[in-house]
Amino acid sequence: MSLLDVRDLSKHFAGLRALHNVSLTVEAGEFLGIIGPNGAGKTTLFSTISGQLRPTSGRVLFDGKDITGARADRIARAGLVRTFQLTRPFESMTVLDNVAIAAHAYHRRRSAARDAAAEVIAQLGLDPWRDRPAVALPTAGLKRLELARALMLRPRLLLLDEVLAGLVPTERAPLIDLLRTLRDQGITVVFIEHIMAAVMALSDRVLVLHHGEVLAQGTPAEVTANQRVVEAYLGEEFLIADS
Amino acid sequence: MTGLSWRSVLRSPGARQFAVLIVGTALLACLPYVLPVERHAVAVRTLTFAIIAVGWNIMSGYGGMFSFGHAAFFGIGAYADAYLLVSHGISPWIGMLVGGGVAAGFGVATAYLLLRYRLAGAYFALATFAFAQMLLLLVSNLDILNKTLGFNIPILRDSSWAMMQFEQNSNNYIWIPLGLLALALAVNILLVHSRTGQYIMAIRDDETAAESLGVPVMRYRLVAVAISSAITAAAGAFYTQYYLYVDPNTAFGATVSVQAIVPAVIGGIGTIWGPVVGAAVVGPLSEVTATILRDPPPALSFLEGKSGLDVATYGILLIIIVLFLSRGIYGSLAERFRR
Repeated sequence: MSLLDVRDLSKHFAGLRALHNVSLTVEAGEFLGIIGPNGAGKTTLFSTISGQLRPTSGRVLFDGKDITGARADRIARAGLVRTFQLTRPFESMTVLDNVAIAAHAYHRRRSAARDAAAEVIAQLGLDPWRDRPAVALPTAGLKRLELARALMLRPRLLLLDEVLAGLVPTERAPLIDLLRTLRDQGITVVFIEHIMAAVMALSDRVLVLHHGEVLAQGTPAEVTANQRVVEAYLGEEFLIADS
Repeated sequence: MTGLSWRSVLRSPGARQFAVLIVGTALLACLPYVLPVERHAVAVRTLTFAIIAVGWNIMSGYGGMFSFGHAAFFGIGAYADAYLLVSHGISPWIGMLVGGGVAAGFGVATAYLLLRYRLAGAYFALATFAFAQMLLLLVSNLDILNKTLGFNIPILRDSSWAMMQFEQNSNNYIWIPLGLLALALAVNILLVHSRTGQYIMAIRDDETAAESLGVPVMRYRLVAVAISSAITAAAGAFYTQYYLYVDPNTAFGATVSVQAIVPAVIGGIGTIWGPVVGAAVVGPLSEVTATILRDPPPALSFLEGKSGLDVATYGILLIIIVLFLSRGIYGSLAERFRR
């Protein structure tokens, strides 16, 4: 049984077909990269799976259980956690309290939640900012904060929406290393990414979305060799740069 | 407990706030002894404002759901007390508890409807106003509640704690609202440092993010509404006992809703002490301006015998605060000191 099983998922907004009959499966322990041009429906796919949006039709099974249209907080507590491309810190709170909100899913007591949060903050290298307001964080820090909060929920499946976007290359490398360690922790990851180097380095499989439909999927090598994918998304430069 | 953990307890912000609360309450408890008797009414009014504002602040300041209808909760408290006492002889203390419960129920039911249909911001505020007006009309037309006449609380021959009635200008009329205020602030402090309070603030900051981190958004919003309504209703019940009279307009009128908002805004929304500081400024305002007008200093002699200075001062004060202290008196100062 697959950890995540998405069947014929569609999401239409007043005539716009943001997603149309998307089917995909994710096996436990796998890293699945999702690529596609802007407006392909990648973020909508995440929102529809994780309960922020209700699908127009189709089903989502997580660990064999039907979670289609379930409340976002229930899905998150069941172990399917997402991050946001545009980071969403709790602006009135410190970095520590931001992460503690997620820790409260397991710890009722404030002190226990803060202790657990401090541990994850240290793991993600956010210690210097721990007691500062979350809004004081630079972009790279905000991306790590998103990740820290998501990890605090002890996810089995993590949906990462462009955690590397907006970072300069020197900031990307440590984050990519960090993502690699998730695999050792037994966390399954689906991630949306535009930076192809990261997609190639991290993914076991790659899925290409285009106009809300699955254009292709397979190993990174298969997908990048696919003529339709090159035309729709990667462009000729990619082949030239790669050769 | 070891010395070390004692120190860490004392250093925690919650402990510090409780220390301030205890010292502040003790100081204010001396108020009846230093204040001339003719000023007692102002003190009572100010304390009542403070309780209402603390209540409003929990739903609207910490919870981010802007209410323009807290008169509904205040009125429910005032009328629950009056009705139970006058028609059934039930003690005001029980009336206060019942009023708090009914107000919380009404608040939760109406807020659920509004949130369920995704009303937010100005539309949410307007809808809360509409609910308060509905209650005003309803109460004005209910025979069982004496329509527009309201209730007179029967005056007892002797003072009675059980019936919350004392001789005029009794110090108890200051100590009771002071006790209620201290209780409301204690609830506020505990809330802010609990999971529930943290969830409430997270939802205010970013509902979508909170939900995606496993926070049941609706439930915790309604918890904030329930606490807020109950506190405001307690102030209403006391109000009836102090003035020994209640009618639909004094209980459910829009003025009450404004009085809930203004001290919190002036003092600082979403802070523990803001509403109290705001009430301390707004409460005595009309009294202070009236005193000035009665015997104006030479520079203000042209104002002698004029009325409405309190309203004008009120307006000017609001403008100044919005312009220069956008987080209120306490809120802005607290922020400056944190830097």
